[in-house]
Amino acid sequence: MRVRPPASALIGAAIVIVMVAAIILAPWIAPYAESQFIGGVWDPPGATSWLGTDNLGRDMLTRLMYGGRNTVGIAAVTTTIAVILGTALGFVAATVGGWVDNILSRCIDILLSIPVLISALMVLSVLGSSVAVLIGTIGILEATRVYLVARAVARGIALQEFVAVARLRGEGLAWIVGREILPNALPPLIAEAGLRFCFVVLFIASLGFLGLGIQPPAADWGSMVRENAQAINFALLAPLYPAAAIAALTIGVNLIVDWLLSIYARPSGHALEL
Amino acid sequence: MVLRVEALRVETRSGAVLVDGVDLELARGEVLGLIGESGAGKSTIGLAALTFARPGCCITGGRIVLKGTDLRMLDADGRSRARGVRVAYVAQSAAAAFNPAMTLLDQVGEGPVRHGLMSRAQARQRAIEAFRALDLPDAEHFGARYPHQVSGGQLQRAMAAMAISCSPDVLVLDEPTTALDVTTQIEMLAHLKKLILLYGTAALYISHDLAVVAQIADRIMVLRHGKTLEVGTATQILTAPRTEYARALVAERKAAGGSSTESSNKPNPDSASGAGVQSDAGSEPASERERGEPLLAIEDLTVRFGDRDVVKAARFTVSKGETVAVVGESGSGKTTLALAICGQVAPHSGTLRLGATRTPLAARYSGRSREELRRIQLVFQLPDVALNPRHTVEAIIGRPATFYFGLRGAALQARVAELLAAVGLDASLAGRLPGQLSGGQKQRVCIARALAAKPDLIICDEVTSALDPLVAEEILKLLRRLQEELGLAYLFITHDLGSVRRISHRAVVMLQGEIVAEGPAAEVFGQPSHPYLIKLLASVPELRVGWLDEILKERGLIK
Repeated sequence: MRVRPPASALIGAAIVIVMVAAIILAPWIAPYAESQFIGGVWDPPGATSWLGTDNLGRDMLTRLMYGGRNTVGIAAVTTTIAVILGTALGFVAATVGGWVDNILSRCIDILLSIPVLISALMVLSVLGSSVAVLIGTIGILEATRVYLVARAVARGIALQEFVAVARLRGEGLAWIVGREILPNALPPLIAEAGLRFCFVVLFIASLGFLGLGIQPPAADWGSMVRENAQAINFALLAPLYPAAAIAALTIGVNLIVDWLLSIYARPSGHALEL
Repeated sequence: MVLRVEALRVETRSGAVLVDGVDLELARGEVLGLIGESGAGKSTIGLAALTFARPGCCITGGRIVLKGTDLRMLDADGRSRARGVRVAYVAQSAAAAFNPAMTLLDQVGEGPVRHGLMSRAQARQRAIEAFRALDLPDAEHFGARYPHQVSGGQLQRAMAAMAISCSPDVLVLDEPTTALDVTTQIEMLAHLKKLILLYGTAALYISHDLAVVAQIADRIMVLRHGKTLEVGTATQILTAPRTEYARALVAERKAAGGSSTESSNKPNPDSASGAGVQSDAGSEPASERERGEPLLAIEDLTVRFGDRDVVKAARFTVSKGETVAVVGESGSGKTTLALAICGQVAPHSGTLRLGATRTPLAARYSGRSREELRRIQLVFQLPDVALNPRHTVEAIIGRPATFYFGLRGAALQARVAELLAAVGLDASLAGRLPGQLSGGQKQRVCIARALAAKPDLIICDEVTSALDPLVAEEILKLLRRLQEELGLAYLFITHDLGSVRRISHRAVVMLQGEIVAEGPAAEVFGQPSHPYLIKLLASVPELRVGWLDEILKERGLIK
């Protein structure tokens, strides 16, 4: 039975598709080059620059498009790493149990006990802020959160008899984790992935705001908020554009996740009807 | 008339009809038994008497008249004033119905206090009175305990005390003894009877077990697919059912009843090893039948949890092609024994030997070879949790064939079709998910999955106890047919003596971890020697009115 996605999901999809398309096509459709100076500081919106200019007189819309490449691109890669790593470790810990679970869980606990921003600042100030380091650091830190969810979900499933049947058949770890547990753990993991993506976007933005994220002159939404923050004092909208971009993306992704969840949560038969 | 229900109709929000035009009448002190398989609408009718419908359901038609007031005409306030005070409900699982964080007394007394009928002290007094009437130990202080500190049977009685706390006009008893062992069930039935007499309440008694209903109900209503099939006095339903379906129910229950009912207890058809055993206790005991080659020897198996022996030096053998039943109540260690045999629980001491070569098996399944694992397969009690809800029937049945025999592609498809046919399922079900199957179909899929490994021994852990009687009967027939065709051996773990008598060649009776009787089934049940076994056998409800009273008189439980 195919059901039309609800309006909220369509809106979410529209937001995400428009943003991602704009970001990908930036070199072709952006009105100016990434760091081209086109006018004065914080020029108001006009015909030559739809959203005005930033603190150095660059076109805001262009900067948003290029900034999104960094923010969204890095967030997507980082989230993928975090979800895969966290899920794999969480599932293995829950399925194997015993000392494997103990060692993994205690290591994760140590990472969890330090606020993520502090850990990230430490790593980035030692290794320097490059895209690879950024992705690796945030990926591992966010994986600890995914681990907690994945382990908890998998523990419940691993106790069920169909997993016992697979174990007693002599199945290996890969089958049990991949075929028996994963399909049943998807709904909470999808929700978690969507949530993680939003957190990573905000995380990168926070690091950008602190000056440890993407380094200038490259743009990212977080550092754009910081660079233009002063404009608020002059009743100008400049810092609100990148902030709105972050908010819109986060909302769009969440709307899509809600819809995916409702599909998976739907009972697969008539059993729940009674 | 205390309660009159007219043309009751209950539907789900999506429009499926759960109860369709049911009428019933209940006089003061009268007990009406509602009987039928799951999905017949018994519980829905019971809840409707409280003008309550489960989430997603709705009472869409009819009148529910309690002493002259139509409950459906009342507003929400009026309805909640009636619930608990004038109509009260006793659920199947007391453990799930009590709040584990509150003492029993607080919960039993909650109703009258909340409804403003009594002061706290009065409610307390009333609860203690009820505890005493229900023979709960140390009635004065029983209420100070928390739900986990009392046994299942005591908790179920406490729940009856809670239901009676406001002296309701009508009690709705929803399978109140189904989760209990047979010996505990007798006590519960006796106490419910006493309570109904004492307080003069009318009651709706919901059960799927005709023999249980017959002990307590004055009249019985047979339901199917939400419709009334037939209503009559208990005696009339048992002796002269008018409808086809009621006749089938009675016949099935008679077959399960064993020794005391005269008819329809056919001997087992000859098994693969060629020796039929008469399951009827009245027939000649087949003392030492020819046994096939030994398949599994259990030698002094002891399983210890902490410092408690859950299974104590169990010792018996299973031969090729025979059915060995392990019988016992909950807590007797029979399931632990099964877990130890398949290697999920490591025994403390003792050995398992497999096959004619008497190869010792590793304690844990992880230490056993793939071939050893293949030879012992399992079928569980609850097919819902034994099947991966995200795998199709085809994937579930096909996996062992691929895993053990490397079947793929067309060969695999052919094997799946063959297995589906063997368990009597239509080939068109191959693409379905377990959620789209009925309980009986799911259990057949579980059996097909076990067969796919071409095992020598299948451990059946309470395989029929979650199923409706008629469906359970079909599953037992299927297992027996497969045994004849394939020469399988079964280790049949169960508390249901009815199915044991019909299917097993040998029986092992367990009590608190110990084997108290072992031998050919006809001997074990025909001439029971251990006092526990005698009591157990006598506790199986018999399909006739008045059986309970006789038993109670015999045991001196009625003064």
